[in-house]
Amino acid sequence: MATQKRTAAELADFKRELTQVVPHLRAFARGLCGRPDMADDLVQETLLKAWAAQERFEPGTSMRAWTFVILRNAYLTDMRRNRFRGEFDENVAERILTAPAGQEEPIHLSDMRRALLTLPPERREALLLVGAGGFSYEEAANICGCAVGTIKSRVGRARAALNTMLDEGDIPKRAIDDVNAHRALLEELDLVAAGNGLSEPTR
Amino acid sequence: MASNKGKTAGSGSRGVGKEKDVRRKEAARPPGWAYGLRQLYDSVVEEPLPDSFKDLLSKLDAKQ
Repeated sequence: MATQKRTAAELADFKRELTQVVPHLRAFARGLCGRPDMADDLVQETLLKAWAAQERFEPGTSMRAWTFVILRNAYLTDMRRNRFRGEFDENVAERILTAPAGQEEPIHLSDMRRALLTLPPERREALLLVGAGGFSYEEAANICGCAVGTIKSRVGRARAALNTMLDEGDIPKRAIDDVNAHRALLEELDLVAAGNGLSEPTR
Repeated sequence: MASNKGKTAGSGSRGVGKEKDVRRKEAARPPGWAYGLRQLYDSVVEEPLPDSFKDLLSKLDAKQ
């Protein structure tokens, strides 16, 4: 790898941009692993990795997308080590999300979280990226290192599942009991082990 | 080109009110939880940053 020395101004830019995306990294991580404490650990790990890899960041490209890739890879690696089990944090106070004007029912934050955590990880992350993070399908595909069509189908399936759970009030009690989620996770980890799941934080 | 909204084949009836065709409804308007999902994300984005992050960020400079 050709390591080019960055100018002081470039370093300062990198640092500033990295600082700016921290809240987004926290939100993405929280959505992925469900536990605020673990999510923050993951973000700290991500920041250190991003800092160490800063020569690979291309100035002018999206810092948020670049760091999301790093966070995602760190998450998958930690998952393999069994650090996160997608547990629902029972201690989070029950809050109610407000409904937008003209819409019927506000949703309980805890329901939303729990429903999200029952999704297989790859669908959950696709939905988080597109539905919450506001990434385009193309950007999400780059972050996940997969085809655009794959992202579309994951988001579609995630939406269908959430429709059933939240609009019809059919949410499993415990996210961890979900057998499908585990199977999908193991499949994904096989892909990662084969070198296909992790995407390079480049371009 | 004037694109035709009701392009998909299938049930031809287009009731204005309560549609039975769920799939069409989803396409037309995001479900209630979609807004909640966004809020869930935004609520974390808007949280004040814990000191541990400020500490970490300030230590990064020393590391280069």
